[in-house]
Amino acid sequence: MGKKILLEHINVPGIKSLDVYRQNGGYASVEKALKTMAPDVIVEEVKKSGLRGRGGAGFPTGMKWSFLAKPEGVERYLVVNADESEPGTFKDRYLMEKIPHILIEGMITSSFALGAKTSCIYIRGEYFYVSRILEAAIEEAYAAGLLGKNILGTNFSHDIFVQVGAGAYICGEETALLESLEGKRGNPRIKPPFPAVAGLYGCPTVVNNVETIASVPYIVMNGGDDYAKIGIGRSTGTKLISASGHINKPGVYEIEMGITVEDFIYSEEYCGGILNGKKLKAVVAGGSSVPILPADLILKTEKGEPRLMSYESLSDGGFATGTMLGSGGFMVYDETTSIVKNLYTFARFYHHESCGQCSPCREGTGWMEKILHRIVEGHGKHGDTDLLWDIQRKIEGNTICPLGDAAAWPVASAIRHFRAEFEEYINHPERIKEFKHLQELVS
Amino acid sequence: MAKVTIDGESIEVPDGTTILQAARMIGGDNVPPAMCYHSKLKTSGGYCRTCIVKVSKGSDKDPRPMPKLVPSCRTTVMDGMEVQNNTSPEVLEARRGVVEFLLINHPLDCPVCDQAGECHLQDLGYENGAAKTRYDFPRRKFNMIDIGPNIKMHMTRCIMCFRCVKTADQITDNRVHGMLFRGDASEISTYIEKAIVNDFSGNMIDVCPVGALTDKTFRFKSRVWFTKPMDAHRDCKKCSGKVALWEKGNEVLRVTSRKDKWGESEEWICNECRFDKKDIKDWVIEGPRHIDRHSVISLNHYENVVAKLKIDIAKQQKQIVDKK
Repeated sequence: MGKKILLEHINVPGIKSLDVYRQNGGYASVEKALKTMAPDVIVEEVKKSGLRGRGGAGFPTGMKWSFLAKPEGVERYLVVNADESEPGTFKDRYLMEKIPHILIEGMITSSFALGAKTSCIYIRGEYFYVSRILEAAIEEAYAAGLLGKNILGTNFSHDIFVQVGAGAYICGEETALLESLEGKRGNPRIKPPFPAVAGLYGCPTVVNNVETIASVPYIVMNGGDDYAKIGIGRSTGTKLISASGHINKPGVYEIEMGITVEDFIYSEEYCGGILNGKKLKAVVAGGSSVPILPADLILKTEKGEPRLMSYESLSDGGFATGTMLGSGGFMVYDETTSIVKNLYTFARFYHHESCGQCSPCREGTGWMEKILHRIVEGHGKHGDTDLLWDIQRKIEGNTICPLGDAAAWPVASAIRHFRAEFEEYINHPERIKEFKHLQELVS
Repeated sequence: MAKVTIDGESIEVPDGTTILQAARMIGGDNVPPAMCYHSKLKTSGGYCRTCIVKVSKGSDKDPRPMPKLVPSCRTTVMDGMEVQNNTSPEVLEARRGVVEFLLINHPLDCPVCDQAGECHLQDLGYENGAAKTRYDFPRRKFNMIDIGPNIKMHMTRCIMCFRCVKTADQITDNRVHGMLFRGDASEISTYIEKAIVNDFSGNMIDVCPVGALTDKTFRFKSRVWFTKPMDAHRDCKKCSGKVALWEKGNEVLRVTSRKDKWGESEEWICNECRFDKKDIKDWVIEGPRHIDRHSVISLNHYENVVAKLKIDIAKQQKQIVDKK
């Protein structure tokens, strides 16, 4: 059994309630931080811990915190990004639904470290029922004196608000999230300035993922060095993985970073192998926007080393033979899966979610979807694969926010690793219905 | 002050200048094209991505190149920065991509579009576009909406530069239009077909880089290159009254603001000057307007043609000498 930090008490009955949560050591970090630690010390501990942003980009959290501008007399904000919209990712929902107090505890401690008097949870509209759970938990915390004025008798006061979004993927991008939080249309801002300088209402703001903030209490209680011992290399700590697809035991797993991908897929502790004993075909390791990898490349890197569940190992080989850990949306595909159809689903999603501000993403996502649609329907034209490749290349890196990249990467990787399948769809449309093309490709 | 080098040419500019502004100060052929940036509008730019450039050296302090291509209109210069525009094949290719994206859903109805001849998208497509489209799907359509008596809107031609939105935000007292919907279905519209009525709404026509917003009083009157631009002014209580008249014979066909060589309005004018004063007696004529812009619009102005020829010949001579 690997070490559990976030999900340690997940099976304790009634852990949703404040009393049970406190009996299991909850809110100790608030007490410790507020009464015995200076804000800078906490930031320092988080830096030492090597904790990296769990939302997808993997940016070191301590570093992000230390970038926060601290002008005199200006409010600072902590915003928790609970707009978990990446297809294949559902870890934050699980965490907030089952054990909401760990997030609130993390928020109080982190806000103290950042000097923020107010923090917000921006939660996606589809998680409305989770917002109710969070609000109930916040109310409990207020009643117990853990929120509000002079928390635990110290002179630190803090308020938490929950804001429900309307369900747009783009609002998970931090600047679009801030726009939406301000009540405007959720369009990403053009950076610079970054939120650390001018964020919510023009004030310095830190935007962190739910899981990141929920990891802070452990770091405060046990020290950054202790947290850094878990995991491997620069991928410290534990990570929640949302496992889905053709596996025997889909669900949210907390893993110690550094276990092998093979272990994660096949061991009984985690995914429990491929459904119905079929063969593994491909894996999307970190949510729909990261490159898809075929079975041989996800289990072993190009150099022949076993691939590990960590930021570095998964991205080993760059995008040519590697992928990314992303947000931890681990989607497994067995041999019966059509990669082209799967890609069409992704492309349709990104087309639907593009905000429409910048030209490459607005026009390119729609174009890619249309081409993929015609390929899937059996009307693909010769040269469509090359055209798709060219379009994605012209979107990637040329957009305001990472949505353009997120739309381009799956297309690029699917063509890179499964080009034959695209050609099969285009050259033999009559065979699509019978799935013959897939069986042949596998054998 | 910061020293920046763009395509090998250096210039000292004040801190806070953007790469695009610095390039415009240098002038010449190496100025990145811009569709959504407008020098008189704050926070404009960054959307269309045509002005992207490569920063091959960040600054003297931090010489690392920037990892991605950056929009030159929204990136400020640093001391010692080195920028590649036309000298970078990567930039030119990305720009061709952007132009292709802008054109795939554009109706290409230039023969019936009043903007033809002074359209930024035409110029951009001419300079950076492909001869043939690779897009073989039906082009996007929108329902025509009426936004009032003076301005004609064709959403199909729009490239989403947000300049009209920023104009309404910054020079009128109330903005009633904006972006509706999302992605490639997004459109500029007024909510429930409200008319845009205020004294300065006409400036939206001038800032529109394409034919999405055109002057209803000039609709189908003449191609712009058959009209004669004149500088003129009148005593106006609302605006400076300094305009450009576009005449045919002795008839004033349209009134616009005076635009600089980048096609961007120098001063805003009011709707009274623009739409109601169509009699030559209303105006004090200053003389023919010198159009500096390199576009079809300036083609019937001999001075420009001659100047262009001189440059072209000089270039060719230089190339011959270089070859030898």
